[in-house]
Amino acid sequence: MKTERHVLVIFPHPDDEAFGVSGTISAHIANGTPVTYACLTLGEMGRNIGNPPIATRESLPDVRKKELEEAAEAMGLTDLRMMGYRDKTIEFLAPGVLKGMVEELVAELNPTLVISFYPEHSVHPDHNATAEAVVEALADMPKETRPTFYALAITLDNPDVVYSVKDYMKEKLQALQAHHSQFGATFAEREKHYRDGDPEIAESLENERFFKYKFADDT
Amino acid sequence: MEPITVTRVQTLIDSFARKDVYLHLETTNGAYASHFDQSFFSAGAYIRNAHINYKHGKITGDGPYRVGLELDIGWVYGEGLTHFELNENGQLILAGLNHEDKIAVTLELSEQPFKK
Repeated sequence: MKTERHVLVIFPHPDDEAFGVSGTISAHIANGTPVTYACLTLGEMGRNIGNPPIATRESLPDVRKKELEEAAEAMGLTDLRMMGYRDKTIEFLAPGVLKGMVEELVAELNPTLVISFYPEHSVHPDHNATAEAVVEALADMPKETRPTFYALAITLDNPDVVYSVKDYMKEKLQALQAHHSQFGATFAEREKHYRDGDPEIAESLENERFFKYKFADDT
Repeated sequence: MEPITVTRVQTLIDSFARKDVYLHLETTNGAYASHFDQSFFSAGAYIRNAHINYKHGKITGDGPYRVGLELDIGWVYGEGLTHFELNENGQLILAGLNHEDKIAVTLELSEQPFKK
């Protein structure tokens, strides 16, 4: 894994980081690289609240905020930013709002690597809208100072970069467990299969996959 | 939240009648539903902090339940409701969990605006 000056991770929902990048985040932190995670919403529209329900529409944001903080702690992450947007509204924000948010974060943190979703290939409208804002903001920067953009895609094959995060599985499993209201029950089962040595689950959890986004002026 | 008891919820609906109240109403599917099953038509609707005043409201059905509110010039209704709570802020929360125990519908009333 290349050493970075600062890594900026931008996702719309608490838990978006867990499966895809939490091992990478822990690895960078262990390398001494500062990592910032900007999480746009508190997952207010989450539907997995258990039965009997442990939350209501009104109490869920607080529950998920605590889970996000717990996941950050598990990953060793100290710079967690909660950006205050609302779940499922990201694609409806006024033009330029999200792009401006990304520009401010990049100006402040001066990262050499930005991690987010891949535009049009991330299924959830919030994911795609976040990804598009990252592209818009970074595309406007001069090529020389533009950070690398590693994107997570749900509907693309053959990633450009695959990191083994086997050494950070303790952190990653804890980060996943932290998001209890999202995958509490389903994760316990997955984790058991993982511990029992299921090769498919091990492969999916122990490797994190990125697509290196190509800007129009990239050669 | 606890499973709906009709008499209790009816009393609560009555207590918000003829007052200026704020309404939260949503139906929702997982954003991934169409990704996992292309035949699934994902439809939903969401309104937060509509300011209404209803002259009467009623809960009906055998469970899951339906709730309808009659306004002077219109109607509000929600279907598929299974659970309720009067929370610490005095807000009436009604929600419907589907067969996988996931929220599918929510109807809420409050005398103060809900948090944005």
